[in-house]
Amino acid sequence: MTVAGRPTTSSDPAVPDGGGAELVQLLSPEGERVHHPDYDVDLTDEEYRELYRDLVLVRRIDIEATALQRQGELGIWAALLGQEAAQVGSGRALREKDFAFPTYREHGVAWCKGVDPLKLLGLFRGASNGGWDPQEKRFNLYTIVIGSQTLHATGYAMGIQKDGAVGDMATGEATIAYFGDGASSQGDVNEAFVWAGAYSAPVVFFCQNNQWGISTPTATQTRIPLYQRARGFGFPGVRVDGNDVLASYAVTRKALDDARMGQGPTLIEAFTYRMGAHTTSDDPTRYRLSSELEAWKLKDPLERMKSVLYRQQLVDSDFFGQLEADADTLAARIRKGCLEMTDPDPLAMFDDVYVEQTQLLADEKAQFATYLSGFEAHR
Amino acid sequence: MTVLTLAKALNEALRTSMERDPKVLLMGEDIGKLGGVFRVTDGLQKDFGEDRVFDTPLAESGIVGTAIGLAIRGYRPVCEIQFDGFIYPAYDQIVSQLAKIHARSKGLVRMPITIRVPFGGGIGAVEHHSESPEAYFAHTAGLKVVACSNPADGHAMLQQAIASDDPVMFFEPKRRYWEKGEVDTSAAPSSSLWSAAVVRPGSDATLVAYGPMVKTCLDAATAAAEEGRDLEVVDLRSLSPLDLPTVLASVRRTKRLVVVHEAPGYLGMGAEIAARVTEELYYEMEAPVLRVTGFDTPYPPSRSEEEYLPDLDRVLHTVDRSLAY
Repeated sequence: MTVAGRPTTSSDPAVPDGGGAELVQLLSPEGERVHHPDYDVDLTDEEYRELYRDLVLVRRIDIEATALQRQGELGIWAALLGQEAAQVGSGRALREKDFAFPTYREHGVAWCKGVDPLKLLGLFRGASNGGWDPQEKRFNLYTIVIGSQTLHATGYAMGIQKDGAVGDMATGEATIAYFGDGASSQGDVNEAFVWAGAYSAPVVFFCQNNQWGISTPTATQTRIPLYQRARGFGFPGVRVDGNDVLASYAVTRKALDDARMGQGPTLIEAFTYRMGAHTTSDDPTRYRLSSELEAWKLKDPLERMKSVLYRQQLVDSDFFGQLEADADTLAARIRKGCLEMTDPDPLAMFDDVYVEQTQLLADEKAQFATYLSGFEAHR
Repeated sequence: MTVLTLAKALNEALRTSMERDPKVLLMGEDIGKLGGVFRVTDGLQKDFGEDRVFDTPLAESGIVGTAIGLAIRGYRPVCEIQFDGFIYPAYDQIVSQLAKIHARSKGLVRMPITIRVPFGGGIGAVEHHSESPEAYFAHTAGLKVVACSNPADGHAMLQQAIASDDPVMFFEPKRRYWEKGEVDTSAAPSSSLWSAAVVRPGSDATLVAYGPMVKTCLDAATAAAEEGRDLEVVDLRSLSPLDLPTVLASVRRTKRLVVVHEAPGYLGMGAEIAARVTEELYYEMEAPVLRVTGFDTPYPPSRSEEEYLPDLDRVLHTVDRSLAY
C-alpha cells in the first residue's frame, strides 16, 4: 500500500491540485470519457440519459427550494448545488435494500431513494422533522448533529452481519453513511471508523469533501487528504471526482459490493465543491473568493454529462426541451405543495414522545388543551 | 424462592430476557469473557455466543450510537456503561438521538434500547466512579429512567426495561451489588415498571428514595422506630415517569415528606418531587418538603465520601426538622 500522502499545503481549493494523482475520474469536465485501470461503468444509452435527468431534476429542486426560502416559505435551506453528481452517482449505486444514513444535505440521495422532495421542504419549513418512513425508503431521517449518523450506519451494518446477510452477491446487503469534510473531525465519525474496522462491518463511508465546513476550509480539518485517513483505521480509502457522476457511481458500487461480500468498510472521499452557501443563513462572500467559484464552475457536474450525451449522440433533439419542461413541472408541484403546507396541530407535540405514553405527559397535554380551548371559547 | 445478590439477580434477568427474545443483544466494555467488571454479565457470552454478547471498543458514544443502528435494524440492544462517570461521552447520542428518534419519526422508528449504568458511591473508589447522573436523563423527554434498589426488583425491573419499546436508562446501585435478597426467578414481574412501592408503611412522615438510598432510609426508619417515630418509606423505582399518585397518597397520610438521594440537591429529583407534591398538597402538609442529598460539590475523594453521602444520621436529623414545623 502507498505511504500516507504529504500534508495538505494549500487552503485554497481553487489551486489546481485537481484532487491529486489518485483521483478516480471516468468523465472529464469537458465531457470526455476517461479510462481508469480499476473502475469502469457499463451503462446503456437509456441509463446515461436517466443519470442526466436525475442531475437536472435534483438541481431544479434545490434551486426552487432556495428561492422558496428567499420568499419566506422555508425557514432555511441547505443547498446541494454543485454536489449533484456525488449524490446521484452514489445514490443510484445503492440497491433498494441498502440503507442510507444522510446528514441534512443529501436531497440528491433522497431523490434516488424515492423520498418526495416535499418531505424535505417540510423539514426546512418547520412543519415536521422529515415525515418519511425510514424503513420503507431505506433512507434515514436527516441527522443534523454533525457526524452522529455514521455510528447509526455502522450499528445498522453490524445488524446486517448478525442477520447473516453478508457474503452473497445476490442477497448481501450494505449500508452507506454520508458526511462532510467538517464532520470527519467529529469524535463520532472516528469512532464509527474504529467500529467498522474492528467488526469489518458492511458500511461504506461516503464523505463529500465540498472544501468548506461553513467558513472553515478542509485544511483546518485534516493534515492529510481525507481518503488517506482510512489507512490508519485499517480499510481502503479512495478519492473520486465528486463532480463526475459516472466515477461516483462506479466507485460507490464497488465499495458497496465489497461490503456486501464481507470485505468490510471503504472510505470514499468525493472531491467536490459547495457552490452555494452552507445554508441560506450563510454569507460565503465573507470568507471565500469569487475566483474560486469561477474555477469550479468549469468543473460543473451537469455540463460534462450534457457534453457526453452530445458527443456520443445519446439524445434526440427533443430530449433537453422535454427535460426542461419536466423540471418546470416538478418545480411548480413542489412550490404549490410548499405553499399549501399546513402547520402541525400544537397538541401533536405530545404524541409519539414515547411508544407507551406516560400519565404525567397525558395530563400535561390535557391541561394545555383546556388552556387552548379557553381562547376558542372567547372567540 | 432463591437468595441472590443484586448482581446475580440482574444476571438472571439478562439470561431470561435473552432466552425469551433472540433479538436481545448485550454490548459494552469487558462484558464478554470477563463478564463485566461487576460480573453482572458473567457466563452469558459463553452460553449465548459472541454474536449476541460482545465486547465493544472503548468509546461510550460508539456503544450507544451503534446500538441505535442495531435497533433500526430490528435488534433489542442492552448496553452496559461501565461506570456512571463514563456515561458523558455518550450523552449526545443519548439525548440528541436515542431520546428523540421516536418523536422525530412520528412513531415510525422505535428505540427499544436499555442502557445499564452502575451508579452511586460508597465503594471507596477514585474519581468518576461514584456519580449519580440520573437527573440529566430524567430531564430529557423521550427517555425513561428507573433505578432498582434490591435483588427482587432488579430481577423484575431489568426484564421489564428490556421488554419496553421505549429507551430505558437502568440505574443499578453498585454499592448494593453484593447484598442479598429473596428472588422468585420463575415468577413474572408483579408490578408495573413505572410504579413506586411503599416498602415500609408508616404514619409520621414519608421518606422517598431510590436506588442505594432505599436501604439507608429503611435503616433510618428502624432506628426511628426505637425513638417512637413511625416512618413510611417509598421506593420510587421509576424516576421518569414519576409515580406521583403513590407519593401523593403517602403524603396525604403522613403530611410530611423528606426526599433522599445521593445526587447533588440542586436541580435533583428531590426538587421535582417537592414542586409537584407541594402543588397538589399545599394545604394538607404540615411541613414543607425537605431534602437530604449529596452536596453541591463534585464528589469528593473517597476518604470524605461518608460525610458527603446522606446517611442514617442525616436522614433522621432532617426528619426531626420536618417534625419541628
